[in-house]
Amino acid sequence: MPFIVRRLVFYLVAAWVALTINFLIPRAMPGNAVQSVMAKFPNLQPSAYKALEALLGVGHPGSLWSQYVSYLDEIVHFNFGTDVSQYPASVSSLLVQTLPWTIILVGTATVIAFLIGTVLGIVAGWRHGGTLDRVLPGLMFLQAIPYFFFALILLELFAIRFHVFPTGQGYDNGLIPGWHWDFISSAFYHSLLPALTIVLTSIAGWMLTMRNVMITTIGEDYVIAAQAKGLPSRRVIYTYAARNALLPQLQGFGLAVGFVVSGALVMEIVFGYPGIGLLLLNAVTSNDYPLMQAIFLVITFTVLLANLVVDMIIVVADPRARTMEAAS
Amino acid sequence: MTAVLPISAEPAALPQEDARPGRWRRMPAKAKAGAILLGVFVLAAIIGPFVAPYDPSFQNSSPALSLHAPYSAHLLGTTQSGQDVLSQLLVGIRLTLELAFFVGLVATALSVIVGVTAAFLGGVWDEVLSLLTNVFLVIPALPLLIVLLGYLQTKGQSATILVLSLLSWPWGARVVRAQTLAIRNRDFISAAKETGEKTWRIIGYEIVPNEVSLIAASFVNTVLYAIGASVALAFIGVTNLNSWSLGTILYWAQSQQALQLGAWWWFVPPGLAVALIGTGLVLLNTGIDELGNPRLRDAASASRIAGRWLRPADPTPVLSDISQRRGRVAGFLHSFSRSSLIDETKAGDAR
Repeated sequence: MPFIVRRLVFYLVAAWVALTINFLIPRAMPGNAVQSVMAKFPNLQPSAYKALEALLGVGHPGSLWSQYVSYLDEIVHFNFGTDVSQYPASVSSLLVQTLPWTIILVGTATVIAFLIGTVLGIVAGWRHGGTLDRVLPGLMFLQAIPYFFFALILLELFAIRFHVFPTGQGYDNGLIPGWHWDFISSAFYHSLLPALTIVLTSIAGWMLTMRNVMITTIGEDYVIAAQAKGLPSRRVIYTYAARNALLPQLQGFGLAVGFVVSGALVMEIVFGYPGIGLLLLNAVTSNDYPLMQAIFLVITFTVLLANLVVDMIIVVADPRARTMEAAS
Repeated sequence: MTAVLPISAEPAALPQEDARPGRWRRMPAKAKAGAILLGVFVLAAIIGPFVAPYDPSFQNSSPALSLHAPYSAHLLGTTQSGQDVLSQLLVGIRLTLELAFFVGLVATALSVIVGVTAAFLGGVWDEVLSLLTNVFLVIPALPLLIVLLGYLQTKGQSATILVLSLLSWPWGARVVRAQTLAIRNRDFISAAKETGEKTWRIIGYEIVPNEVSLIAASFVNTVLYAIGASVALAFIGVTNLNSWSLGTILYWAQSQQALQLGAWWWFVPPGLAVALIGTGLVLLNTGIDELGNPRLRDAASASRIAGRWLRPADPTPVLSDISQRRGRVAGFLHSFSRSSLIDETKAGDAR
């Protein structure tokens, strides 16, 4: 079985586990979630009550198994139910509105941070004990700062003190979202500070792991042999050492995506950025369980998809991944 | 921490001094800095609630004390309702560190149990547990935590600890499993098996003691993660907001518009405390790493250890004998993991 197919099957298993956990949580938790939702939103229709019961499994219509089957059926058709706090909007329509904001912002910023961090890590690993090594403790401090706190500081400095950037939200208030220049430039301008937050806080992690792998790789015999042959340093660094050191880095990237996304969600709250993190906050503050669960699923699937993309890059970068069929 | 020290260098090569100062001097500079930084906060957590000048929840209704900038009576200023920020901070550090410590303890225990069981029993057990570990590694934890805590009606400290522990073991389990695989076929384990030692005894007395440095690093990592996650969860507002932790201070600061009102003294100290605790933990962990893998030391700190230059040496190959015979089901399951790529090609090279 080719590497990529196996990984695909693994992600399907992971997705299934996430779906099942999502199904079991409301049924296993104590207390009646439907009652608390209904108490909070007295204007809900009786039909919404029924739908909520079915989704949260409180009224126990049918056996657990038949509930599970109908639950999976709903999910497959992207039907996450009706939203209770913004009734009668459907949960999926809310997700469709907010997801692109998060994906574009977090995706771009993460890739930029990964690229810069990796290049800095290569240099730091090669010039072991050099200037870049000495700034490492400073970078560790940056890495230890919670995303949202860093966002608060950047806002305080650049938006409140020196009015360089807007204080939040995704675009200027007067604009109507659409594909025209005013809106796009405004959205870009508003996304700079959030993007900067992600890049600055996550860069140190990429740099540190790349540096450490680089140092180990440089000690390998083939790198020493390449140097002894008299190859130019640039070629030794990038073609011999960095290319091999990149593989563990890529594998780490897949796993770290989840962390970055989680941090970015909380950061969005600080900026009032109209992404999925802000939606999640609204869901939490209004006890909007269907929305919370749908967001969990969507984020999980997005992270799994990102992992799959990383695996495809690994197949391109690592010849071993292509010759696996023969090996197994 | 003390348990990991003996691997720092060959004891014979080190000056035979009084044990404690010698050990301290042998630690890399980063680990020292981390330990000191962390010590300050642990001290604050222990004595904090006793030396806090005010009751953190006491609301001074005098309008002059609403959002007052730091001055002699309130060293870190006051909140919108006249509460003393310094007192909140001193009480909050304890709760946050307490939570992180217990999460670290429970999660590390879980990861050791899962990791050692998987590697030691091998076969299908290994594959099922590894698959589970990998699945929970790839599912983003924070949204799941939010859903779980959102459903909980009583959000006490222990409930938060439990939920956080249940979701933070996979990383440690993976590392422990890899290390156990590496040492399970060593001679001393075989010898113990030959002499008829019971499995639990081999695990408890032969395997786990050999992984102490790894377990310590995993504990530090989990504590770091727990601090970040618990602060973020409190900031979103899904944990108990009636008790004072670093996260809840930030939650109230954010929800009462501290930033827009220009009250930097309200949100900067708790955030800075989180960042400094985190830095201390990262430094400590890097120090532990460098003890185990001398190559990672930068030139400056390497020379400082025990006052002599330690030449970067080859790190011990940890994963060399990772490949093992797999049953049919086990092999099938294993082939889905990303690490199978490395394992199998390594095995292929050896053949």
